[in-house]
Amino acid sequence: MTETVQVTLLVNGVEHALAVEPRLILADVLRERMELHSIHLGCEEGICGACTVLLDGEPSTSCLILAVQAEGRSITTLEGLDGDPTMTGLQAAFHENFALQCGFCTPGVLVNLFSLLEDRDPSAPPSEVEVRTRLNGNLCRCTGYQSMVAAAMQAARSGSGHEDP
Amino acid sequence: MRTGAVFGRPVLRREDSRFLKGEGVYVPDVRLPDAAEAVVKRSPHAHALIRHIDISEAAAAPGVVAVITADDLTDTGVYRPYHKSPPAFANLLQPLEKGHDVPLLAAGRVRRVGEPVALVVAEDRYLAEDAARLIRVDYEPLEPVLDPEAGLRPEAPVIHDELGDNVQSRVGVVVGDPDGAMAAADHTARFGFTIRRQIGSPLGPRAVLARFDPVEGLTVWSATQMQHLARKVIGGILGVAEDRIRVICPDMGGSFGGGVYYEDILIPYLARRVGRPVRWVEDRTENLVNARHARDQVHDVEVGFDSRGRLLALRDRILVDMGIANFYGLVVPYNTISHLKSQYRIDNYEAAATCVITNKTPNAPARGAGRVTAAFVIERVLERVARRLDLDPADVRRVNLIPADAMPFDTGVPYRDGKPSVYDSGDFPAQLEMALEAIDYQEFRARQARLRAEGRHVGIGISAHMEGTGFGPPESAIVRVDGSGAVTILSGSNNHGQSHETTLAQVCADALGVDIETISLRDGDTALIRQGGGTFASRTAVTGSMAVAGAARKLRKKAIKMAAHLHGVEVDGLTVFGGVIRDGAGARITTLAELARTTGDGECTGGRAGLEAMDSFASPTVTWASGTHVVTLEVDRDTGQVELERYVIAHDAGNIINPAVVEGQIVGGVVHGIGNALSEEAVYDEAGNLLSGSFVDYRLPRAIDVPPIEVHHQEFPSGLNDLGIKGCGEGGTVGAPAAIANAVEDALHPLDLRITEMPLQPEKILRYIREAEAASRGQAAGMERW
Ligand code: FES
Ligand code: FES
Repeated sequence: MTETVQVTLLVNGVEHALAVEPRLILADVLRERMELHSIHLGCEEGICGACTVLLDGEPSTSCLILAVQAEGRSITTLEGLDGDPTMTGLQAAFHENFALQCGFCTPGVLVNLFSLLEDRDPSAPPSEVEVRTRLNGNLCRCTGYQSMVAAAMQAARSGSGHEDP
Repeated sequence: MRTGAVFGRPVLRREDSRFLKGEGVYVPDVRLPDAAEAVVKRSPHAHALIRHIDISEAAAAPGVVAVITADDLTDTGVYRPYHKSPPAFANLLQPLEKGHDVPLLAAGRVRRVGEPVALVVAEDRYLAEDAARLIRVDYEPLEPVLDPEAGLRPEAPVIHDELGDNVQSRVGVVVGDPDGAMAAADHTARFGFTIRRQIGSPLGPRAVLARFDPVEGLTVWSATQMQHLARKVIGGILGVAEDRIRVICPDMGGSFGGGVYYEDILIPYLARRVGRPVRWVEDRTENLVNARHARDQVHDVEVGFDSRGRLLALRDRILVDMGIANFYGLVVPYNTISHLKSQYRIDNYEAAATCVITNKTPNAPARGAGRVTAAFVIERVLERVARRLDLDPADVRRVNLIPADAMPFDTGVPYRDGKPSVYDSGDFPAQLEMALEAIDYQEFRARQARLRAEGRHVGIGISAHMEGTGFGPPESAIVRVDGSGAVTILSGSNNHGQSHETTLAQVCADALGVDIETISLRDGDTALIRQGGGTFASRTAVTGSMAVAGAARKLRKKAIKMAAHLHGVEVDGLTVFGGVIRDGAGARITTLAELARTTGDGECTGGRAGLEAMDSFASPTVTWASGTHVVTLEVDRDTGQVELERYVIAHDAGNIINPAVVEGQIVGGVVHGIGNALSEEAVYDEAGNLLSGSFVDYRLPRAIDVPPIEVHHQEFPSGLNDLGIKGCGEGGTVGAPAAIANAVEDALHPLDLRITEMPLQPEKILRYIREAEAASRGQAAGMERW
């Protein structure tokens, strides 16, 4: 069998020491070894964004990163953002705006939009163009994007995502 | 418009919570202990003889469990695509329909790039891919046939010897007297249109996981739209009784066309053969090379019209590039023929389609199957007629639209079930005006004139679509109440993004008289219910809903009878609301939950045990949904880039179960159509390789490509089901390419573009501009065009 290397990954705040083949992609480590199934593989070529994670806080496509490249870095998946107020707001806004259909693109979209909205002042929400430009990192074949854009803008306006009653 | 307690309301989606947390379970997420991974070794040639396959090195590679080629498949039946039209249709139109075997693994000869040649099963996918690379196949390339016209030439190589030539099927229809009307028309014109090959491209990959257990039989998890059909095909080919096979389709990352693929059969075969669960998940290139190719038609159209632009006769000869096999019979070619007259009154009509086998991936139905091309052709024709007569394109549509008082309207063209195509309800002229008003057509024309004067090229395009929805086999549903009051719907449909967990629950809530919160849906699993049609052809809102409504109504009746019997009251006047059964005076008699607890054995009614009921529904024929699309856009004359500005669609899907869900289907459909219009093209090189084998080259629309899309609803209930529902899954896609092409032409007017092709990438627009410029110089020199 092929040689393995030892790596340490900080995944959703927990340190994991693993022996991996140098060719193993990060997405496969997250999906197959850690069973983080929010990572979806739509293209494995960096185009669709379904595998988006935060790598040291920056949205990155985990299908284009080798596990060894992530040595010592912090990786956050949708699972790791569960309960975060910004993410909770975003999820609620997606639900209220019918911003998902098959759900396959959804985790990657949420993680990408989370990084746009995190720590953002609700009184200076992103423009529609800014949201659409950010969403260029994600393909969605079902929704036509309009509902996602509406959801993201709603979440941005209300800080935690919920429209004030 | 129909509303119940929840029917007709924008109820929030009940399936969302798992998806929003990343907890959806797609086939690649299903884990079985000890599962091995399969990889398919595929043909790199469009057409070649296989001289020899050497698997020895692969078989000895690390982690390999098995390597299989055609020689090993001695214990399977043949895969013969189902071809035949129903007798009612075949007797009417006498189509030519020829069949041939499709090898599960190439035997002696490959006929397209991507055809499965061998399978490798290994401990994981990395190892399986390593081993697949070690399989040596000695090919002797043959001349490929890569376009249908070439395939028809007498000297063309015959791809399937069984067929005798490369014509797989042919079908035609004649309505009225097209020859006479054409000869008598004031004006005639002839057009050629080419609609290029496009790919359904769901975001989720195809995937299959199979387990063979001597006691339980075969369990197959597959990303298929039709679990019951998959079971039948798998059982037939592998020789396993259907009741020993369970096909489960868990969450699925969209589909947009499809059916049963080679891998749906091969992976279960492998699981049985190697005695371990086997999983296969395709990558994106495999998907683009192998799955859901669509469109790819060439049209030769003649039209006769009067000076008001009324179409008096229309004739269309269609060639369909079928690829190496036709798995769906006349679905695509005949959908084109039966939708071509669209919303217009064309009394004299003739259309014929020939499906030609070529060395490409099979052409199959994908969102808007056959109809996208029909709408493109008829709407381009109307636009050209308007230009020729110097009339407003909206006016040319007005004179051709079927008036509201002609409904229901028989188009004279039989549908694929052999029944007449009767538009069951609708008001097309009002729909056109609704769309034009929403976009403010007059104001746009004024603005366009101003911008033209500044040298800017903005245009507006109109198109209409018709969509026969609800086609196909029956759909079945069971509705059941348990002792806690929980209601479960078991449906034969298949949810892959259409929101069935919400919409079918809405239908059930009202029909049974319970709160929607108490209802959950299970579908996409052959173990749930004996029969299931599955979800395709925009059918579940029609057939699935009616089956659920039927079962829920039966259950309600049964519950009332039980309550009357147990409590010694009259049946008359008993109602069910919120799960509570009351008498005419409003007094509480019992609840569904109590009944379920006390009547488990069913003896009190003499009926079936337990509080459950079942029903099936098949639509008598298709229900006709319709829509009118209007788009505005700007073209950059120097680069050929198109910037969409606004998109309005007015549509009729009959009574709407959930307006937000319908809007989602339509907006998503329109964006799919935008991709089809402007960027999605499956390009083959002259050796038959797919050049657009990644999302870099097969370009789906992205968020910045999409303009604001407005949906306006008309609601003309269908008379074919008592919920008044028509389907809506594909119409958004159907009309979009035509509207956009028309708008591009309009934007460049008075330069006389002649768009004959879709999709319209910038380089093609530049080519049309150059042609139009050359022609206008020619015309200035006195040369005739058209
Ligand atoms: S799977 Fe990583 S970008 Fe598509
Ligand atoms: S919801 Fe299906 S791909 Fe986005």
